[in-house]
Amino acid sequence: MTAQELKQPKLRVKGATKVYNTRSGDLLAIDRCSLDVMEGEIVAIVGPSGCGKTTLLWSMSGLHGLTSGEVLLDGKPVTGPNPEIGMVFQEANLLPWRDLDANINFPFEIKGTKPDRVWIDELLSRVGLEGFGGRFPRELSGGMQQRAALVRALSYKPSVLLMDEPFGALDAFTREEMNRLVEEIWLDTKTTIVLITHSIDEAIFLSDRVVVMSPRPGRVANIHEVPFARPRSLEIMSTKEVFDLTNIIKAEIVGTQQSRFPRDAVQSAAVA
Amino acid sequence: MSETDAIPEFKKSAGAASEVGITNMSALTSGPGIKSMGEVLAIVLVAVVIIGGTELLLNLFAVPQYVLPKPSEIAVALFTDFPFIAPHLGHTLVELFVGFGIGAVVGLILAAVITQFPFAEKIITPYILLLVTTPMLALVPLLILRFGFGYEPRIIAVALASGPMVMINAATGFRRVDRGKIALARSYGASTLQIFWKVRAPMALPMIFVGLMVGSIFGLLTAVGAEMVGGGFGLGNRLTSYSSMIQMPQFFAVVLILSILGILIYVLFFLLGKKYASWEA
Repeated sequence: MTAQELKQPKLRVKGATKVYNTRSGDLLAIDRCSLDVMEGEIVAIVGPSGCGKTTLLWSMSGLHGLTSGEVLLDGKPVTGPNPEIGMVFQEANLLPWRDLDANINFPFEIKGTKPDRVWIDELLSRVGLEGFGGRFPRELSGGMQQRAALVRALSYKPSVLLMDEPFGALDAFTREEMNRLVEEIWLDTKTTIVLITHSIDEAIFLSDRVVVMSPRPGRVANIHEVPFARPRSLEIMSTKEVFDLTNIIKAEIVGTQQSRFPRDAVQSAAVA
Repeated sequence: MSETDAIPEFKKSAGAASEVGITNMSALTSGPGIKSMGEVLAIVLVAVVIIGGTELLLNLFAVPQYVLPKPSEIAVALFTDFPFIAPHLGHTLVELFVGFGIGAVVGLILAAVITQFPFAEKIITPYILLLVTTPMLALVPLLILRFGFGYEPRIIAVALASGPMVMINAATGFRRVDRGKIALARSYGASTLQIFWKVRAPMALPMIFVGLMVGSIFGLLTAVGAEMVGGGFGLGNRLTSYSSMIQMPQFFAVVLILSILGILIYVLFFLLGKKYASWEA
């Protein structure tokens, strides 16, 4: 811990606050969130839906401005999209009018640089997509699409990977497979990863630390260390320690959620 | 105001494809392809029965030629008179190409620009609707007064008829914004122009093809109509002159040429759409 404190964090979020101006008035989405992510660390963010997780992640990526507070990458403020940051979105978000190769070339086209074919081919074979370059997204399964999106995000070697519920749309088995894939790639590249997820299992499987956010306005409610060895085998994942940690986190999220729906409101909603 | 400050959300675009309608070019796609020789035979047989039956019935009831010419007479007229009709076909095509070209280019540019500025769109849309719904043929006598009996009034009418049609369809396409895809491009540092060319435009392409198809067919109708109003050349002019001379086989030959032209235009844009915008289907 002390060694980490001395080192500059890879990504530092300082008092991030975001207010959306909506038609029904101002909406405080996240409120004074602070978080340090160390180089090579995987941090998972969990919390009840609508707590501003995505807002926080988009702020980290520079896609969003903050109302107050700041995001620092290697000590430098992030004010817009940054080539050091890769994003993986909810759903694969492939461009349907481009085949797989053209989709993976898309970031390079935008940046005006030459794709590193050797690296991309290596990534493609690692995720089991070699030979699919001429296929269109609609010809690929959900899991394949999301693997392609992962390749696209890693293709230009970002030092930070931000993932916004990347595997939420996949079935449980495919999802576990994707988690193993991310772990495998991380073990090789040690890319810093911040991941939003609705699955506590996924959070514990992948991350070094789990950040629990409170219901709206989103605040950092708690941070849990996940001290299990990697690669995290089925045996490790089925230990009592993992089970206990899962339950603690679940209690924190569900516990905070109960107050959001008073009994009367739920009943009248059910009647209506 | 800009996308930067909107709440991040992802539009499920799955439903968007089905909202299109005829414009989806269903007339060609919904039909299953021809599968066997038997089917080909059946299709030919039906055509023979319809055309031959018409021929037979017209003979049987001795229907005078000026009421309805026999299919054989139309065919003969088409072959013998084609050299006389061909230059008129050329004139009509010139009016169509030039008028539609101008209309489509202006329509596409307007659609692309206007959809970037929601406020301007609100102000301009009623006028575009007015242009779409007003039959431009009504303006032809006025245009002839001003520009004479040459190409000009016809080209203007064609441009006015097809341009707004292209524009409203293309604008629908450009408005179909997928925030997720735009965010993706922005995350790579894409400029507004890059986002337009690499995300918005390809996304609008299916609707652009629909607009071009509908616009060009509207253009053809307007060109022929304008030719019927005045001026000494063009297929529309042939229609009025053949009918006034009661040359019904020639008249129907011209109608047949127009039908084929319309179908060719439809097929052209259908194939273009299939080649460049089939990802949506």
